[in-house]
Amino acid sequence: MLELHKVHKHFGGLQAVDNVSFTVATGCIKGVIGPNGAGKSTLFNLIACNTPLSSGSIRLNGREIQGLKAYQTAALGIARTFQNIKLFSGMKVLECVMVGAHTRGRAGFLAGMLPLPKHRREEAAIRDKSMACLEFLNIADLAHSPTDALAFGQQRAVELARALAADPQLLLLDEPAAGLNIYETAELGRLITTIREQNITVLLVEHDMSLVMDICDEIVVLSSGRKLAEDSPTNIQRNPEVIAAYLGEDHEPAR
Amino acid sequence: MVGQMRTSQAKLGLLVAAVVLVQFFTSITGTEYYLTQLTMAAYYGLVVIGLCALMGYAGQISIGHAGFFAIGGYISALLTTYDLTPFAASPVVGLLKQAGLLFTWENLYGESLLTCAPWTAGLAAITVAALVALVLGVPVLKLRGHYLAMATLGFGTIIYRMVLALPAFGEADGISQVPGFVLLPAGLLSPGAIMITGESNLRIFNYYVAWTVLLLGLLLLLNLMTRSRSGRALRALHGSEEAAEACGVDTSRAKLQVFVLSAVYAALAGVLLTHFNEGIGPEEATVMKSVRYVALVAVGGMTSLWGALIMGVGLSFLSLRGVFGSYDDAVFGLILLAVMLFAPGGLLQLSNRIPWRRLWPATRHRQS
Ligand SMILES: Nc1ncnc2c1ncn2[C@@H]1O[C@H](COP(=O)(O)OP(=O)(O)O)[C@@H](O)[C@H]1O
Ligand SMILES: [Mg+2]
Repeated sequence: MLELHKVHKHFGGLQAVDNVSFTVATGCIKGVIGPNGAGKSTLFNLIACNTPLSSGSIRLNGREIQGLKAYQTAALGIARTFQNIKLFSGMKVLECVMVGAHTRGRAGFLAGMLPLPKHRREEAAIRDKSMACLEFLNIADLAHSPTDALAFGQQRAVELARALAADPQLLLLDEPAAGLNIYETAELGRLITTIREQNITVLLVEHDMSLVMDICDEIVVLSSGRKLAEDSPTNIQRNPEVIAAYLGEDHEPAR
Repeated sequence: MVGQMRTSQAKLGLLVAAVVLVQFFTSITGTEYYLTQLTMAAYYGLVVIGLCALMGYAGQISIGHAGFFAIGGYISALLTTYDLTPFAASPVVGLLKQAGLLFTWENLYGESLLTCAPWTAGLAAITVAALVALVLGVPVLKLRGHYLAMATLGFGTIIYRMVLALPAFGEADGISQVPGFVLLPAGLLSPGAIMITGESNLRIFNYYVAWTVLLLGLLLLLNLMTRSRSGRALRALHGSEEAAEACGVDTSRAKLQVFVLSAVYAALAGVLLTHFNEGIGPEEATVMKSVRYVALVAVGGMTSLWGALIMGVGLSFLSLRGVFGSYDDAVFGLILLAVMLFAPGGLLQLSNRIPWRRLWPATRHRQS
């Protein structure tokens, strides 16, 4: 469903993403791993059209998305979370998640000032959907808490709920387990597999190797912006180049 | 959120009751002259709540809103005082007259004038303000923080210099002898015309007109900001533009919409207050007026339409009563400074910190 073809991105002289091509099949969980600064977050920003490509092409369901605005890719069914969490300060959790369902609504600006029955129904539908997402993530009790008052793990959960509220086709998760303890991480792994069962394709950037190896169908390894390998989890763990790339790092392939 | 709705209904009921009580009180005690300043203050309050939507909720600053107020007031004043009698024979004027867009009235000297009808003039003025906001907003709203503040400051300065320099706008004198804004023509419900005017026999009526406009304006903004998809998107982009975009919010468009809306609120206030005052002068377009509106939003608590309304009306009233004397502008500067230093959450928020509040700890929870 997602095809990257010879994707380049440079910031000044720095090649953040260098000639990367791969595809993500519908309904799979694909992992993207690599040392810090490998270009993983930049890759996500390119797919979500947060930053323009330097060259190459990215297609979603055969449609070129280069040149679209970020909000347009959201309408096409790409939802994401951020490595450094970006919740909406000053809002309640439920409202924050309801923003995630923005693309599901039609009511315009003037309609917002005059709450007509039609728009009230739409609001109710958005609220129900958002509440269901909070329940799915077991944080329904936080619905009316301010987003600014949440613990770190809860913030991550709210971000995930917000992304799910859009009913996305493709979900981009940037280090969702960072800062979570082992129980929370295991829970997250189960959640992601359940999300996949709902026909949502997942692209996952993660440093937690046991999580990545457990749940991913395929893994792409990036190093200094280049694609080092692309394979099944078992083969990736045996790949000498990958092991070498990780030796300079603190991370070791698990098991 | 149902609870939130009830609280806001209760607040609205309380406010309506207060408005009515004040009128009764002044009528009984023979102090109805207060109503004149309360009417004017209500129109300033309209500017302040519009700016509050832009600044507090959407997080976009404007130090040029007196400019939009002036566009509204001046254009309406110009169109309703520019005598078209010499052109009465021209087909265009004839057509306008037939379409009911013009009206004939007598000024203080008993001269008969043929000018745009206040409805036409007011609508034209607000349309111009909206278009100016649209054209200005497209480039300017790409800026953030200080840069946006400076760009809107520049806009406000241009408008101020224009009304001072253009003879059509009366230069330093402004435009006077603006007719009342006729709502119902004479003879329909009462022998005289029912209109927005400073005439003392319509003082109570005008007080209620101004407050109706203000409260309707408030209701519309409350609906938008607390119960609608678009308002939620605005508050979201205030928190994080990047994340709002990722959720499918066209942030440039949303910012432009709320900018135009707040300009329309300011222009509407300008139109109505100009007809109420029967004139407008360049002091309404000064940068100090823009700064004052910002100060009033800040002291009301930035993200509180209620706070903006209460503070906007209350302090404008005191200022109009001359309580601050010749330090008027300085007082608003001081307010801005003090709020930023000691109560960034606004004056009403401060009361939460006062010990007696702890006696009713539940009140704070119930609001959520
Ligand atoms: N907006 C930017 N401007 C300049 N350099 C950037 C920008 N974003 C990322 N980079 C650089 O690109 C490289 C890849 O960063 P990133 O994609 O965040 O890596 P990862 O997510 O794999 O840790 C890093 O060297 C980083 O400093
Ligand atoms: Mg990263």
